[in-house]
Amino acid sequence: MLKVEHLTKMFGGLAAVNDVSVEFETGKINAIIGPNGAGKSTFFNLISGMHEPTSGRILLDGVDVTTLPSDKVARLGVGRTFQTTNLFEQATVLDNLIVGHRLRTRSGLWDVLINSKRLQREEKSAREKAMEALEFVGLTHVAGQFIADITQEERKRVAFALALATDPKIVLLDEPAAGINPEETVGFAALMRKMVDEKGLTVCLIEHKMDMIMSLADKIMVLDHGEKIAEGTPEEVRNNPVVIEAYLGGDEDAAA
Amino acid sequence: MFKFASMLMTPAAKYLMLAFAVLFPLVAANEYQVYVMATAFVWAIAVYGLNIITGFCGQLNLAHGGFFAIGAYTLGLLTADYGWSFWPAFLAALVMTAALGFLVGIVSLRLKEHYFAIFTLCVGFIIYLLIDKWEELTHGAIGVRDIAAPYGFGVVDFTDTTPFYYLVLAFLVFAIWFMGRLSKSLLGRTFIAIRNGDELAQSLGINLMRNKVLAFVLSTTYAGLAGALYAGMVRFIGPDEANIQHTFDMITYLLVGGIGTIMGPLLGTIGIVWITQSLQFLEEYRMIIFGPLLVLLVIFFPRGITGSFLTWMHRKSQALVPGKKREESKVNTVQPREAESNA
Repeated sequence: MLKVEHLTKMFGGLAAVNDVSVEFETGKINAIIGPNGAGKSTFFNLISGMHEPTSGRILLDGVDVTTLPSDKVARLGVGRTFQTTNLFEQATVLDNLIVGHRLRTRSGLWDVLINSKRLQREEKSAREKAMEALEFVGLTHVAGQFIADITQEERKRVAFALALATDPKIVLLDEPAAGINPEETVGFAALMRKMVDEKGLTVCLIEHKMDMIMSLADKIMVLDHGEKIAEGTPEEVRNNPVVIEAYLGGDEDAAA
Repeated sequence: MFKFASMLMTPAAKYLMLAFAVLFPLVAANEYQVYVMATAFVWAIAVYGLNIITGFCGQLNLAHGGFFAIGAYTLGLLTADYGWSFWPAFLAALVMTAALGFLVGIVSLRLKEHYFAIFTLCVGFIIYLLIDKWEELTHGAIGVRDIAAPYGFGVVDFTDTTPFYYLVLAFLVFAIWFMGRLSKSLLGRTFIAIRNGDELAQSLGINLMRNKVLAFVLSTTYAGLAGALYAGMVRFIGPDEANIQHTFDMITYLLVGGIGTIMGPLLGTIGIVWITQSLQFLEEYRMIIFGPLLVLLVIFFPRGITGSFLTWMHRKSQALVPGKKREESKVNTVQPREAESNA
């Protein structure tokens, strides 16, 4: 599904991501973990086209997307969420979601001027898509609420729904469980599992909550200082001495 | 209160406003009032343009007054110096502001946020300097006289104040109608998504540059339309039309009325123009009243008159659906709690 080959990103002299190769399979939950500053978010930005890699290749279903800008990558089926999602606070949840399907529509200025059939049809389908996504994340009851009036957890779900409305094949979730309580985290884990089971999506997430990762992920990649130091099932990663060292600190790091 | 307020949101309220605008010349005390209203309408059209790029798309364009002046000068110079008649020159003004908007847009929109604002501030000042100093073309500080008035079709003659008022009103209605349609359309939603954040918009597959340039061109065309109408109305223009003060005036109208709303630009412009008129006797001291008024408005109505009204209406209507939302959401959050206590 998503294949990354020798991916490197240099910021000045610093390698934020260094020679990372990995493959994410269809219909699996893949987690990326690592200490702060390990290059996890940069890795996401490279895949989604926000940054252009210094070297290496990114293949999506065999198509080279390495140098494509992020809007084109999104159109090819890569959806993503951010650590914080800025939405239109004084608009309803549903209104915020309708634009999610915009990338599958073609109406332009002229369609707006003459209120064309195409525009009406596309607006209807975008609205239906938004409702469908809202139902999937379990928020139908707040469709008419302003974003400003819903809870933090509901906001996170709206961000999910927005990504889902783009009809993605793979979703990149950047710390989906950050800032929510343990009970809500359980709900989010179930939601991610549902994305895979019911929609057949490939999920790729960055997360710090180890309990959740260990029970949820099919496969874990560990990054440290921009390099891949381990990869495997939760069980394999948990017992990997290199990973333990990266997290708890080896002899050299202990002083720092 | 709520019942009365919800009546303001029905289509009937819009027709009532339109009816008032149509009847205004008949009830106005004198021709001067009609003239002031027509001026307010012209500015309102320009503010609608600013609303597209700044209110919807979130890019603070400080060259807006400059494009207004370009529209005015295109019409003025073509009719006064090159003998064009009004309507062809009017069209040329629209084409000119759209084309220049495109050129400025593809350069300036590469910058983000305040860098974009500062860049356009400079563009606005360059436009002012060009008009002021390029004397062979623009007559410099002398200004442009003898600008053609719009000739009518058949029986109507737009040279008088009242017919011109109706002409401006027609354009204003079109400007608002298009704004309303745009805001509900997928295109308007695309602009709003860009305002929410460049990165998020891109991750939704939105081409930033193409959409921002489109919004920019639309806004400068609105400014050009307003400028051309202004030139046809006052028939004498000078470099002062490009003064940065006009841009800041328009931003004030927009903020007071309600940025990113449909009726905000109209209410803000008309409100402030009339307050300014009625405080005319205070001359420069009117700012002593004006300043505190603006500060209070920004503190208590941060989204302007229209925006604050709409938010209030929405909260009210949600409150009238008793307990619907909270009950259901409680059911959702209770489940994991039970699951945990079992464990």
